[in-house]
Amino acid sequence: MSGESVKLLGYWASPFALRVKWALKLKEIEYQYVEEDLPNKSPLLLRYNPVHKRVPVLVHDGKPVAESLIILEYIDETWKHNPILPQDPYERAQARFWAGFIDEKCVPAIMSAFTNQGEEKEKAAKEARENLKTLESALGGKDFFGGETVGFVDIAAGWIGLWARNVEEIAEVNLIDAETMPLLNAWFGRVLEAPVLKECVPPRDKLLEHNRGFHKILTAASS
Amino acid sequence: MATEDVVLLDCWASPYCMRVKIALEEKGIKYEERAEDLFGGKSELLLTSNPVYAKVPVLLHKGKPLCESSIIVGYIEETWASPPLLPSCPYARSQAKFWVDYVDKKLFDAGGNIWRTKGEAQEVAIKDFIEVLKQLEKVLGDKDFFGGDSFGFVDIITIAITSWFLAFEKFGNFKVEDHTPKLSAWINRCMQRKTVAKVIPDPEKIYEVVINLKKMMGME
Repeated sequence: MSGESVKLLGYWASPFALRVKWALKLKEIEYQYVEEDLPNKSPLLLRYNPVHKRVPVLVHDGKPVAESLIILEYIDETWKHNPILPQDPYERAQARFWAGFIDEKCVPAIMSAFTNQGEEKEKAAKEARENLKTLESALGGKDFFGGETVGFVDIAAGWIGLWARNVEEIAEVNLIDAETMPLLNAWFGRVLEAPVLKECVPPRDKLLEHNRGFHKILTAASS
Repeated sequence: MATEDVVLLDCWASPYCMRVKIALEEKGIKYEERAEDLFGGKSELLLTSNPVYAKVPVLLHKGKPLCESSIIVGYIEETWASPPLLPSCPYARSQAKFWVDYVDKKLFDAGGNIWRTKGEAQEVAIKDFIEVLKQLEKVLGDKDFFGGDSFGFVDIITIAITSWFLAFEKFGNFKVEDHTPKLSAWINRCMQRKTVAKVIPDPEKIYEVVINLKKMMGME
């Protein structure tokens, strides 16, 4: 639709901002990207997301929407072509369940494996592997969580393929186990190579160095 | 119209279950309530219907399980159209979902921290809880309901948790009304609704539940 203003406040290394970029690209929506200089949050960000003060925030015709999964639903309801969520209410509920599972279980476990050391780290990594194995049960034999094409859960979880691999290398843990979760492992490869999604992914080397930098700070603080 | 096969795996004291019941009542849907004994032993049906979290509520619609209360309420909204619990405009819907998410992340846990702590830690917990209430009061503004003129999604998600407020108040020795009078007025307004009054248990009984929880957890 012409004349509409769509702005995304993001950060290049944020997996949550990546979700929104993917959704916008899949819907072929033109938008202006504003890179936030975290941790120096701009007055604009603080004005648009006073409650959580974080990226991503989608601003559509001056009206802000915050929280990545909520933004995805907003995008899907506003621009109805190339749907992200299924039509059927039961399948929609399932998609929301798994996206919620990723944020409530997978993200904290992976973060915990990244920020801790020794036994705590191993415990977190084990939990992360268990959660990812559980996530695999939702995928089954499908190419994508969305079926034949990328959908809500693929967009919500795809970033793990990059970030978890970085955590594995930096923190020296095993998270994505090709032997115990072969379907999920194959899906990670597939989703990150999918045409539209591939273009938005941050440069791997840059991301690895960025994450490595964080790790140094976090582990220096705890030792 | 034949009664649809709607079963709720339930615990009377759970605000998460209350949310689902209020939504079903609002939509006029007949359902079967099956009480789960969460401490004595969860049923086979619960464990197979919710293998990921093994928690209530679980809604079974024609045998298919749905988990996580806010998601269940969303499903109810999308399956039975009338009366609508969400506005029709995508932006207003996104704002409602934002506040549902906020309440989900903040309110019950903030309240829980009050009865789980003592002394200075409890003072901090009370302060945090009141901040959450003040934020909600700000969102409510001068509206009758979070949904505007009509009772809606955010109202349902939030009112269920207020059944535990008396317990928080007694353990924390404070009153919600003193800090957020408009929110208290909203609570009373919601409690006037038949659907809410039918579902929300006596807060004194919830207070007893918390006393027992503390005993079970070995807290004084």
